[in-house]
Amino acid sequence: MNKKSHTPLAHISKRKVLPWYASWGIRLTGIVLAFIFCAIVTMLVTGENPIQIYATMLYGAFGTPRKSWVMGQETAILLCVSLALTPAFRMRFWNLGGEGQILIGGLACAACMILLGDKVPNAALILIMLIGSMAAGAVWAMIPAIAKAKWNTNETLFTLMMNYVATQLVAYYIIIWEVPKGSGKIGIINQSTEAGWLPQVGPSKYFLNILIVAILTALVYVYMNYSKQGYEIAVVGESEKTARYVGIKVEKVIIRTLILSGALCGLAGFLLVPGTNHTITTTIAGGRGFTAVMVAWLAKFNPIAMIFSSLLLAFFGRGSNEISTVFGLNQSFSDILTGIVLFFIIGSEFFINYQIHFRKSTAKEGK
Amino acid sequence: MFDLVSFIPRAVAQSIPLLYGSTGETITEKSGNLNLGIPGVMYVGAISGVIGSFLYEQSGAQINGFLAIMIPLVCCMIGSLLMGLLYCFLTVTLRANQNVTGLAMTTFGVGFGNFFGGSLMKLTASEVPSIALTTTSNYFRTTLPFAESTGWVGKVFFSYGFLAYLAIIIALVAAHVLKKTRVGLQLRAVGESPSTADAAGINITRYKYFATCLGCVIAGLGGLYYVMDYANGVWSNDGFGDRGWLAIALVIFTIWRPNIGVLASMLFGGLYILYLYIPTGMNLSIKELYKMLPYVVTIVVLVITSMRNKRENQPPASLGLNYFREER
Repeated sequence: MNKKSHTPLAHISKRKVLPWYASWGIRLTGIVLAFIFCAIVTMLVTGENPIQIYATMLYGAFGTPRKSWVMGQETAILLCVSLALTPAFRMRFWNLGGEGQILIGGLACAACMILLGDKVPNAALILIMLIGSMAAGAVWAMIPAIAKAKWNTNETLFTLMMNYVATQLVAYYIIIWEVPKGSGKIGIINQSTEAGWLPQVGPSKYFLNILIVAILTALVYVYMNYSKQGYEIAVVGESEKTARYVGIKVEKVIIRTLILSGALCGLAGFLLVPGTNHTITTTIAGGRGFTAVMVAWLAKFNPIAMIFSSLLLAFFGRGSNEISTVFGLNQSFSDILTGIVLFFIIGSEFFINYQIHFRKSTAKEGK
Repeated sequence: MFDLVSFIPRAVAQSIPLLYGSTGETITEKSGNLNLGIPGVMYVGAISGVIGSFLYEQSGAQINGFLAIMIPLVCCMIGSLLMGLLYCFLTVTLRANQNVTGLAMTTFGVGFGNFFGGSLMKLTASEVPSIALTTTSNYFRTTLPFAESTGWVGKVFFSYGFLAYLAIIIALVAAHVLKKTRVGLQLRAVGESPSTADAAGINITRYKYFATCLGCVIAGLGGLYYVMDYANGVWSNDGFGDRGWLAIALVIFTIWRPNIGVLASMLFGGLYILYLYIPTGMNLSIKELYKMLPYVVTIVVLVITSMRNKRENQPPASLGLNYFREER
């Protein structure tokens, strides 16, 4: 019989809640390490020195007023989608269907612009589009929510599939509305009349979008932290059984929250189609539905922290775009860098939640 | 007239990447890991194979048939294995959220594939205008010798490269191992209830690592098949499309059974290209709606299995959850 007790080299245990500065310190360390690692990777690929690389990235993000506005716009849209996903995530409902909900919201706007463009006054049209896009997104999110509430269908997979249904639906309407026929794209809608275009407010055409999202951030923050519904969401997310026990109608909360989540995704579609691009393509969401999952998670579903995490990811997107143009690399380089940053931040979460105890000197013990 | 003899081989060719992906993902999910990085893994597998064989073809050596197949195959497996290890390290060792890790891996993997696919020529400073690995591809596409001479039977059953048959064999073996062997039973136990499995003395970490890495390697082969066989060795950015997500859909469609996957993937492959065979006249838009079919079918299956709520048709009970022994 082997009676020698065996202690492993290291074991891990869950930490007590860390003070906020310690946890953000760990995250920041992760980000800094990621930046260093990214610089090394870029250096190996391009042969430039790392300071040059980050100077290029900074220039790409904030180099000119125009670039800064685009950066603001990117951050705003990403933030909008992240805010949309937040209520669902707090409830532990993995809404991976942001992509589809944005698309369907955008499609609703495009439909209004094309079909009603010259029939109703501009202000009414914008209002119809706003309601239409939010309703479309809400319906798209509500379908998986009903299935989840009624039959406990796996929502991760359901919402994921809904993305592609939406993509094909958009592709279908693009061919119906394509201008000119056979080109496979719609082109700028209402180029001459500008019917249904959001008006330019303030110094840039992106200003209105940024403003809307800023207001939305505050609203979502208040909704999640200071409203009864926000509290119900948190309870359902923590423990469905507790929620039932205290008399919360879980099914109702799930469906209601997903309607909200989908509607806000639809709003992102509204900001993209009549607000920015004035056209619709199948790639208009550009993976934001997925990126936003990470943005929201990095910020621990806190709307204020989300401003920073969406800024970080948007910076990487814009910055590495600039690297690709300047050094003549492929656009996808930005995805690689974004991926690396995410891996580091995901990894750093471990050190916030757990701590490692190494085995003390074993010479005396165990005998 | 619906041309079945030309339809079936094309449907099968479409189905093979899906079958690889779904077999890999099924094995992964049986261990309780929901790896949403599979689309990225398939890209990485494909591009690793392409890089390997590109360097081999460019090296100027006499191309040897055995090496021409083995080099991309091994490169592909190493590439996808590394992705699998990364996923396991983050989710199993560091207990990171699986959905977020998976999505990050997809972002990274797709970017990795498209980046090296787009800049391989520039990075290696070679003269060729695009990546066209025709020589290697011809080895991969070598069919059984009697495929030509047996008419429609040959066309329907024997006209595929060896990776296609390998996919079916892997799926059947995986089904057998999962269902009939002790290893399979223990793996399923890990996915259903890790704490019970742990109490029974099963090494959770080892099983999760092993299943996920194996799953990634298998899925990566699907990417390799796509480039080398289906696409004739020509890499085109985003050419692989959303097949990775379709493979994840297929896992649900087959209710976590790789042997059903063999036929179901062919059904999906058929649905994927059905629009090419439907006479729609001048109305091209309808074709876009036909492309929706695989996803709609998956949703229907997903809802029906959850409605009927039969115990043997459910996802692994701890799917998507990480295991930490000290947590109750």
